Amino acid sequence: MAKIRKAVTVILRLIALAATVVAVVIMVTSKETAHVLNLTFTAKFTHTPAFKYYVVAEAIAGVYTIVALLLSSKSLLSRLILILDVVMAMVLTSSISAALAIAQVGKHGNSHAGWLPICGQVPHYCDKLIISLVAGFVAALVYLLLLVYTLRAALSPVFAIKS
Amino acid sequence: MGEEEVVQKRQKAVVLVLRAAALLATAAATIVMALNKETRTFVVATVGTTPVTASITAKFQQTPANVFFVIANAMASNHNLMMIGSDLFGIDYRGFKLPLVAILDMLNAALLSAGVHGAAFMAQLAKNGNSHARWNEICDKFQGYCNRGGIAILASYVGLLVTLGITVVSIVKLLKPKPQPQPLASEIEVP
Repeated sequence: MAKIRKAVTVILRLIALAATVVAVVIMVTSKETAHVLNLTFTAKFTHTPAFKYYVVAEAIAGVYTIVALLLSSKSLLSRLILILDVVMAMVLTSSISAALAIAQVGKHGNSHAGWLPICGQVPHYCDKLIISLVAGFVAALVYLLLLVYTLRAALSPVFAIKS
Repeated sequence: MGEEEVVQKRQKAVVLVLRAAALLATAAATIVMALNKETRTFVVATVGTTPVTASITAKFQQTPANVFFVIANAMASNHNLMMIGSDLFGIDYRGFKLPLVAILDMLNAALLSAGVHGAAFMAQLAKNGNSHARWNEICDKFQGYCNRGGIAILASYVGLLVTLGITVVSIVKLLKPKPQPQPLASEIEVP
């Protein structure tokens, strides 16, 4: 039972690690220049604070996942890792929510505020952003699944699980 | 035995106070953002000597991030209300209560964190604009709207911190080893 639990935890952490790495790498390497009416228009992730926060938060979560994978054999730190898992899940959900909020404005604009969408001018940048945001969303979901699984698995040595 | 009961009662009281604080904070955030609306009339053009005015309204429904903020805070305050109710009226979940409360608290914290951060970054965009995307700032024209939005976001942040504390307490309570009942001397089997 403990082996299955540990295997599932390791697999979930590996998926989350892959997702955060994909999210960071694709967003950092996404850059596009468009020429509109003699003006050059560059789109980079550093132009938007929300995307900068997204990259930093996903990087922190990725590093933490590596550390948690390496430390998963010691049972002394299991409580600390569980608490840090909760914190990381919240960091991940916050970063993806912030990036999605700004990306939604970039894709659809906001007519009430007079903000025009930019995806028409820089379509490749927008496509790469979509991939990065999907990966970040998967990372957040997997972390929440991991937490629910860990908390449910804490039931078994204490008292019988109702099926 | 009596000392343990006193400690448990004190723990219950602390969690109840924290939940009440979280309920107040998230409910305040929901109400302030949901009632956030400002109308301003601007002079758009001048025809001859008469100015042509247009009135523009800033509402929270115009930004999807703020709509999500209101919904997330409403769900969080509803969750806290239900948990306070079940604590006070003692609904018995037959031993499944502790992990259920821990999982629900954790999911609630994640939802609240997503809601508040989406709204916070949209507020930052509204306050500073984005020169690279040619998005103008709107807070210089709609100061009341921005101020009220800021207050709602601050209240929700306080609720988020308190909810984090409640989650940690619930998880620690869940992981505490329960005292196993000692078997009677006549029941011990010698292998």
